Amino acid sequence: MAELLRTHPLEAWTDTFAVLPAAVGITVEPFVAMADVRLGAVAPDVQARLGVDLPTVPNTWVPTGDGRAIWLGPDEWLLTSTAETPEALEDRLRAVLVPHGGAAVDVSAQRIGLRLTGERVRDVLARGCALDLHPRVFGWGACAQTTLGLAGVVLLALSDDGSDHVVLVRSSFAGYLADWLLDAALEFTTTEQ
Amino acid sequence: MQLIACPWCGPREEVEFSYGGQAHVPHPAAPADLSDEEWAHYVFFRANPKGRFAERWNHSAGCRRWFNAVRDTATYRFEAVYRLDEPRPVTP
Repeated sequence: MAELLRTHPLEAWTDTFAVLPAAVGITVEPFVAMADVRLGAVAPDVQARLGVDLPTVPNTWVPTGDGRAIWLGPDEWLLTSTAETPEALEDRLRAVLVPHGGAAVDVSAQRIGLRLTGERVRDVLARGCALDLHPRVFGWGACAQTTLGLAGVVLLALSDDGSDHVVLVRSSFAGYLADWLLDAALEFTTTEQ
Repeated sequence: MQLIACPWCGPREEVEFSYGGQAHVPHPAAPADLSDEEWAHYVFFRANPKGRFAERWNHSAGCRRWFNAVRDTATYRFEAVYRLDEPRPVTP
């Protein structure tokens, strides 16, 4: 019996993404461990033991050593790690948070990341997202939970010139969003041939 | 499209929000002591004013937090938004 291999939800799109022009580059981010953190009151000693200053300003994210800490709500964050396994990340966070009445749940399988780079990326996103993504208000360190097309996403800004974004989308919506992005980028992918 | 100012996320399109009915409906102190009629009044009976109405809203496509808003049911204008633990603001 054939072995079932672990596949990425967007494996079938990678060839299409690879030939996109630089102005609307789309790359699939590798799997990362993600944990959803709930914590009522952010005490300084918790921050120190977590090794990250959980952002308390709404709609911001901060880099951690090997990942990101993303604000999802006044008592909720998404912590990612490229170095740890999902189980190790969850265990480490739980050890710190549970004594303080917090919680950490592994949600690595929930979302995948798409990295959008290029000078026309904002125009593509604007096709299906009503937020003002101009770097003046959505520069490096900004994030937003909103809808892109019909999919709920977490948008992260990775640059101060609006040319580098990460879209975190539910795995089951990833195919839809990939098709939607390719369609929204059509005007920039066909005229530059 | 109308923008609703989430107390956490700021102004967002109204499709990101869902409606939660009348705000400030106190839970009965002793539910077991209520008659069926009194319980029905608590569960089902809501005000339906023409004008300013304090309502619960949920930013369901964003931060998923509940908050309260004073909305004018005649004009659909949002007069104020405030967090659940804040008292209803006095609107002119």
